Amino acid sequence: MRKPALALTAAALVAAPVFAACTENASSATGDKGDPRSLTVSSSADACDLSATSAPAGKLTFDVTNTGSQVTEFYLLGADGLTIKAEIENIGPNISRKLTVNATPGKYVTACKPGMKGDGIRADFTVAKSEDAPTVSADEQQQVATAVANYKAYVNDQSDQLLAATQKFVGLYKAGKDDEARALYPQARMHWERIETVAESFGDLDPKTDAREADLEPGQKWTGWHRIEKDLWPPAGYQALSPAERATFADDLMKNVTTLDTRIAGLSYTVDQIANGSRGLLEEVATGKVTGEEETWSHTDLWDFQGNVDGAKVGWEGVKPIVEAKNPQLALQLDQRFGALQQLLDQQKAGEGFTFYDKVSDADRKALSDAVNALSEPLSQLTAAVLS
Amino acid sequence: MAAAGVAGAFVAGRATADDSATATSGPRAYAFRGTHQAGIVTPAQDRLHFAAFDVTTESREELVALLKAWTDAAERMTRGHGAGPVGPTQGATDLPPDDTGEAIGLPPSGLTITFGFGPGLFRSADGKDRFGLAARQPAVLKTLPHFPGDMLVAERSDGDLCIQACADDPQVAFHAIRNLARIAFGTASVRWSQLGFGRTSTTSVNQDTPRNLFGFKDGTANVKAEETADLSKHVWVASGDDAKAEWLAGGSYLVARRINMHIETWDRQSLGDQEGFVGRTKDTGAPLSGGSEYTKPDFDMPGHDGPVIPADSHVRLMHPDFNDGVRILRRGYNFVDGSNQLGGLDAGLFFLAYVRNPETHFVPIQTKMAAHDAMMEYLKVTGSALFAVPPGTRAGDYVGQALFEA
Repeated sequence: MRKPALALTAAALVAAPVFAACTENASSATGDKGDPRSLTVSSSADACDLSATSAPAGKLTFDVTNTGSQVTEFYLLGADGLTIKAEIENIGPNISRKLTVNATPGKYVTACKPGMKGDGIRADFTVAKSEDAPTVSADEQQQVATAVANYKAYVNDQSDQLLAATQKFVGLYKAGKDDEARALYPQARMHWERIETVAESFGDLDPKTDAREADLEPGQKWTGWHRIEKDLWPPAGYQALSPAERATFADDLMKNVTTLDTRIAGLSYTVDQIANGSRGLLEEVATGKVTGEEETWSHTDLWDFQGNVDGAKVGWEGVKPIVEAKNPQLALQLDQRFGALQQLLDQQKAGEGFTFYDKVSDADRKALSDAVNALSEPLSQLTAAVLS
Repeated sequence: MAAAGVAGAFVAGRATADDSATATSGPRAYAFRGTHQAGIVTPAQDRLHFAAFDVTTESREELVALLKAWTDAAERMTRGHGAGPVGPTQGATDLPPDDTGEAIGLPPSGLTITFGFGPGLFRSADGKDRFGLAARQPAVLKTLPHFPGDMLVAERSDGDLCIQACADDPQVAFHAIRNLARIAFGTASVRWSQLGFGRTSTTSVNQDTPRNLFGFKDGTANVKAEETADLSKHVWVASGDDAKAEWLAGGSYLVARRINMHIETWDRQSLGDQEGFVGRTKDTGAPLSGGSEYTKPDFDMPGHDGPVIPADSHVRLMHPDFNDGVRILRRGYNFVDGSNQLGGLDAGLFFLAYVRNPETHFVPIQTKMAAHDAMMEYLKVTGSALFAVPPGTRAGDYVGQALFEA
């Protein structure tokens, strides 16, 4: 997933459409002549030509081709001309893209917006009653509102807990209470990992806070969690940090986590961001944790792993009522596969925490990886399912 | 190659170059000798076998003898002959054949064999002048710096010598490396090697842009063989570029990077996101600002949130317009080395690029890509090496002779 996009667009997308925004590329601009639900749109500088002005209710496909010289957009609006039912953006000249929307009977307005300016070129559009029309849950608006509010509360709470745990951690570390600091390190980081896709969306804070040694750019100073990790789990021949250096890195971490907490408090989310976040957290597991590359010195990868899975599951459960109404099979599969992965993680529990990853057998790592892949595939369908 | 075996009489094993040098189909052959080494601007062949070597001898004479033997063998093999003067089946019954035989009956298949010298040939890791060449080491020929995202494996990185064998038949490319490695025993040993099963670059305007394992056309803006002015500006080392390394004039620098792709994770990205990472459509390769594959991208064209070609897309970050006009000649290959311990495909792009100066034509671009490119999320670099590629070998000379004798 594209990391920086979340923070940049979080506020702007709050009002994004909840009915439909399933977009595809189109290799051909010609619609399926035999299918009344398959329409073509030709968007030029001064015209917005649709192949039909009405269609039967159901899953409509608008195959939009930009024949102009500026970027264009296509909207399906409610009869009031204000409510966005579905939209597709960023269609470059000579490029075609597909928009699919589950449309219920009623009056609509279509709009092409060449140059993305003004109200666009508008026309009335009618969706007629049909036997195979989609059923739209009356609760959906409420479900979306609940999911968004709950997710915001969860992220804020994890961020607050991260702040408190980090405060305690840096205190122990600065005081030279290394055993206690080592015990708290993975627990504190779990809060970070639960909201990692949100946390790392701040491109300035992420490298200062969560960079591994291998991530550094030439000349970049290494700071953050993993810098301290190496000092607490020193490899052979490592030159330990002095108390003054410890204080510098500890204070810097505290400062950045505090900034993060402040910024997170100001964020809002959309349902598609929640769904994308779940997928993104599993990607973090697949590329960093299951390979044991995240916690090079402490080998506490399984705490991070569990944190990512926790966060993904919270995201999933938030949007689950929406998906259960639209795609019950997907909902069932996601529940099963979250369960299967958690079962494997539970087998790695040891005392208050987990087995250190360097002690996890190759066979167990493979089983974990298989479970991550099994879950990630249906999870990659989640955003489209939520928006369908 | 439908016309395999067309040359008929395999005096020393296989077809002859003269029969086929001009053929557009069938057993193509490229001359080994010339102003520049073959295998750089040569239209990129479909298959690769690349090998890096550690020199094991301490004798300059033995090193030179190896380069002479390699030159002879390479010239024979690129003509479609055997590696040795006798041939795979023409020798004495009580001796091992001087060619290993798996290319019997195969045409030259466009084979090119390109040699390069790594920093370790000039100085050992502790700075020792190994073969009396240290005074001629190019200033920019040194181990590449660490870049973010590098997870380099020592056994897949560096090397004192390298050989790039490209051909349209994988067995012909393999045959070349196998026989050259065999000739080297006692003088140099293979440090690592890499097979590439599909070209990802075009080096001629007559070639279509192939797809990488992300499914995209990449390297559309590559420097092509026909762009001779840009080759002189961006690819070939010129006389005077480095006073200590005048021997390299007419040569180039070869950057080799083994870039693993997180294939499974990439495949879960939506089409729109994939196109946003690359900055081109997956279908035709047109920039997101519109047109067709070769339409110049319009990086200023406004989109919904910022430019329609995203600021962190690969095409924008790597474009010459944002890199001081720098162009590179890419000659990379898709690779798949089976799967890893977790069952993921050990696959990606074996990146090969020829540049006039790695410090101006690679390090800044790679630094920028590692820090900002949206695609980096799906990449992990596991091998890295830099070589100086001497100019072409003249008649009667051996490859790299100017380094040793000028």
